[in-house]
Amino acid sequence: MAKAKVNGVEVEFDPGMTVLQVAELAGEEIPRFCYHERLSIAGNCRMCLVEVKPGPPKPQASCALPAAEGQEIFTNTPMVKKAREGVMEFLLINHPLDCPICDQGGECDLQDQAMGYGRGGSRYAENKRAVEEKYLGPTIKTFMTRCIQCTRCVRFSTEVAGVTEMGMISRGENAEITSYLEQAVSSELSGNLNDLCPVGALTHKPWSFNYRPWELQKVESIDVMDALGAHIRLDYRGPTVLRALPRLKEDINEEWITDKTRYAVDGLSRQRLDKPYVRKAGGLQATTWSEALSEVAGKLKATSPEKIGVIAGDLIDAEGLKATKDMFSSLGVNNLDCRQDGSKIGRGARETYLFNTGIAGIEDADAILMIGTDLRNEASLINARIRKSWLKGDVQVAVIGEPYDLTYDYVHLGAGPKALKDLKKHAFRDVLKNAEKPVVLVGNGAISGSDGAAVLNLIASEVLSAYDVVRADWNGFNIVHQAASRVAGLDIGFVPHGDGLDTEAMLAGGLDVVVLLGADEIDTSKLKGSFVVYIGHHGDAGAAIADVILPSAAYTEKSGIYVNLEGRVQIAERAVFPKGDAKEEWAIMRALSEAVGKTLPYDSQSDLRAKLIADHPTFGRIDVKPSQKSFDVKTLGAKGEVSDRVFASNIKDFYLTNPIARASVAMAECSAARAPKLSVAAE
Amino acid sequence: MRKMAKTLGILEDKDRIFTNLYGFQDWGLEGAKQRGCWNATKDILSYGREWIITNVKNSGLRGRGGAGFSTGLKWSFMPKEVKERPHYLVVNADESEPGTCKDREIMRHDPHLLIEGCLIASFAMQAHACYIYLRGEYVFERERLEAAVKQAYEAGLIGKNNVHGWDFDVYVHHGAGAYICGEETALLESLEGKKGQPRLKPPFPAGAGLYGCPTTVNNVESIAVVGTILRRGAEWFAGFGAPNNTGTKLFCISGHVERPCNVEEAMSIPFRQLIEDHCGGIRGGWGNLKAVIPGGSSVPMIPAEQCENLPMDFDSLRALRSGLGTAAVIVMDKSTDLIRAIARLSYFYKHESCGQCTPCREGTGWMWRVMERMVKGDADPSEIDMLLEVTTQVEGHTICALGDAAAWPIQGLIRHFRHEIEDRITLYRSRKSNVAGHSIAAE
Repeated sequence: MAKAKVNGVEVEFDPGMTVLQVAELAGEEIPRFCYHERLSIAGNCRMCLVEVKPGPPKPQASCALPAAEGQEIFTNTPMVKKAREGVMEFLLINHPLDCPICDQGGECDLQDQAMGYGRGGSRYAENKRAVEEKYLGPTIKTFMTRCIQCTRCVRFSTEVAGVTEMGMISRGENAEITSYLEQAVSSELSGNLNDLCPVGALTHKPWSFNYRPWELQKVESIDVMDALGAHIRLDYRGPTVLRALPRLKEDINEEWITDKTRYAVDGLSRQRLDKPYVRKAGGLQATTWSEALSEVAGKLKATSPEKIGVIAGDLIDAEGLKATKDMFSSLGVNNLDCRQDGSKIGRGARETYLFNTGIAGIEDADAILMIGTDLRNEASLINARIRKSWLKGDVQVAVIGEPYDLTYDYVHLGAGPKALKDLKKHAFRDVLKNAEKPVVLVGNGAISGSDGAAVLNLIASEVLSAYDVVRADWNGFNIVHQAASRVAGLDIGFVPHGDGLDTEAMLAGGLDVVVLLGADEIDTSKLKGSFVVYIGHHGDAGAAIADVILPSAAYTEKSGIYVNLEGRVQIAERAVFPKGDAKEEWAIMRALSEAVGKTLPYDSQSDLRAKLIADHPTFGRIDVKPSQKSFDVKTLGAKGEVSDRVFASNIKDFYLTNPIARASVAMAECSAARAPKLSVAAE
Repeated sequence: MRKMAKTLGILEDKDRIFTNLYGFQDWGLEGAKQRGCWNATKDILSYGREWIITNVKNSGLRGRGGAGFSTGLKWSFMPKEVKERPHYLVVNADESEPGTCKDREIMRHDPHLLIEGCLIASFAMQAHACYIYLRGEYVFERERLEAAVKQAYEAGLIGKNNVHGWDFDVYVHHGAGAYICGEETALLESLEGKKGQPRLKPPFPAGAGLYGCPTTVNNVESIAVVGTILRRGAEWFAGFGAPNNTGTKLFCISGHVERPCNVEEAMSIPFRQLIEDHCGGIRGGWGNLKAVIPGGSSVPMIPAEQCENLPMDFDSLRALRSGLGTAAVIVMDKSTDLIRAIARLSYFYKHESCGQCTPCREGTGWMWRVMERMVKGDADPSEIDMLLEVTTQVEGHTICALGDAAAWPIQGLIRHFRHEIEDRITLYRSRKSNVAGHSIAAE
């Protein structure tokens, strides 16, 4: 530990830290615009100037200056005060006085720091600069006149997002941030640019002019748009969730979230199921809870358990899954499945279906083999982490399956099972063999379908045991889940019991009653012959074919437990109340159980959670990633014939993967912006 | 035609390094060899790199690009051993400072002195490759330099397995005409194919320069004089000029003198002697002198009364709060509208600011606009102090020295000719109608 003095107070610091970091260690606030912990250092805003001794007799940019042993750092001298006032004045001379109409107003770095470090008034009497607006896609609204050229957006898009569309053109006071060809920023992380922008130059287009930040109430929640369980903050006003913002969580999302997580919230106000419906005379008619429940209960009682099936969707909380499983198990129903995408996992030990290496742990890997996953669309933030370590030159990546644009270079070994078998002949074999921390990412594209278990078994023998991926001290086997509910479902055992049918078999027909617990991403046309009960919050594919609809609460409208893909149990808080008559899934099940005469043994959510933890102790450890444990890879999957196919991801459109996103206008616009442009005849 | 008499100036013809400065002789290899270039270069290299660096240090050679940092000391900052990353020499031939035209003449008429200097300097720093970054507008100079490099290759003076026993390649790179690319780290960025924007220092180029490798960036003149210094001895070079300001120097004298010229002279030559001996004096006589910008557009001007016995060297000019810079002497007589002249320089810096860091990007435009109003006198007297304060808010707060360069000319103007600005404002106001409300209607 080296020592330095900050304003006369001695602090210890790790060698390699910058002066800015050392000053922060000492509790001094250093104003800044361009500096960001997770981006490269630009040093161009000059707001962080401090006085340093020994050193030249002029202020130094603390963000870029390495701290040295015995250094004296001053942040409160007249020189520093004058430097900050000067820079602040320069930043403001060409900045429009838009604050009253600016979406950034109230949460603007420039506004705050002008208050804290600026002069009282302006001495600038010349004309201000104006800059033309740019088109940067459906998520970013630009007011380029407000831009202070900090280049955070440029650095984020090139470094983290891995797209090179942003840059600064021209020079001097004509310098402009642009995407060169005025094209949409083709990143699924583009919303973070708006967060990073310290002024109102880039604001959230889907939310523009919808709110002032100080009107909003805030609640901490967990994202359900993918299986990462990113930490988010929901901002709401009255009954409406207006925005989702990332919270800092080093182990999961750092401080980024995907555009889907962020902007799909407008879907929560559209296409909502707010009343129970029953199909009468060919049409769905609104009804009361008691009538709807008795209709369902009557049907369930009249049907033998083997003719009843339950499929759970991707957004369900653990309480809903637990209550549903308890309720239908008490009826003797064995046809339960939470894997609506048909992946063949979840039978064995917990390690066989977890993302064992961990989200943060992926950065330790020195060789990564991806099998059948479109990681950029299935788990964007894990992909960004791999890019981060790839940029440092720490990792080599190979892909088996459909080759997608992952924002970094990789070796494409082949498309399907043949490439798995041929891996031992490929040069990448040596990379895996020599790797100290090899990682295998297995996606839904490989392990779904009728031969999914056989493929998993093949992966176990050809990769996991061949290259020692799962050892006592390192578990490099990872399943890339896409559904927020999946790991909780597998933990609870929401899978076919005994000879029960899985999703594929249930959809094959022959069931009299099918209960869809928020399951919309299945081929609903196959359920025409069955009596379908849909429990969910959006009028999507499942609701369209339902005979009875029981409206439930979306993730923002209930407190719920979710388990992310690495097995971390997290609790989301409720922001607003459910729409209309909608209820939480577990409450619906509790009511239904009473109607069928098998009353569930819990009357409140806390009772249910107690039961959940008692039955499944893993739920008792909140926000802890299970430690890496080794397991017997031979237990993975099942021996069998594998067909020659392409491991392709089931995500066809990143922006439209769940009912909330499909109801969202912002997501529809994102999807349209990314879709290949149709050529016009004149072209 | 001026008389070529030895009584003119201080430096005698025998002590000139750039003996073909005016291009009267053959610029090519044969001519250069006759003038002494490439003579005993192998012997110089045989003394070893320590000897070369020590002698360059002892000669007192200070960088000729403007900052005046000891060239030998700069070389000694390079790592002693070549590790996994190669060393590079980069020659800054992006001569864009208004008023400066010395490197141009070297590359036109004595290119082999530069190439020889590149070889010696690269050898001293263990670099096998040297990049000469040429100003975008220097098309003819590029052709000449490339031809000279070709001659040197063909004669086996440089290249692989050359006669000097040090594998060495020279690449001439043509810039695109941005002033900022004369800043050494912006030059490196540009050379790497990126947008020419200065880098943050540290790390300094000697640690991580071109492509992240140890690099030294030197001015053309600094490199071109090295061969002759080593041939004639450090003591010879150190024998000219005042202590700590030694050697000979190319002066580029422009403006209101009878015969503007480039001339090689001893350092510390008195300003008046320089002008009278080489330029035929001030236009209209010594009494007609108003002010001098002694070192290229970026240094503050000095008024006539401080000029008479002023030694033209780094330390003397610094004592007057100006600088020798590139020794581009811009002479202004009493017909000059100094405010307008400085406003034009302000426009130049506003135009050439790279836009990377805030004080320069915003400050240069602000300063220029205020200066434009002051040219007319359309300003408030209190704005003079405000302008001065703005220049101090830019100076020393930027990534590179362009901010300083933009601030200094204005500071020099206000320091010495504040009364002119005040008079201009008074004059403007006296001509303005005093009818109440006359300006309201239009506003």
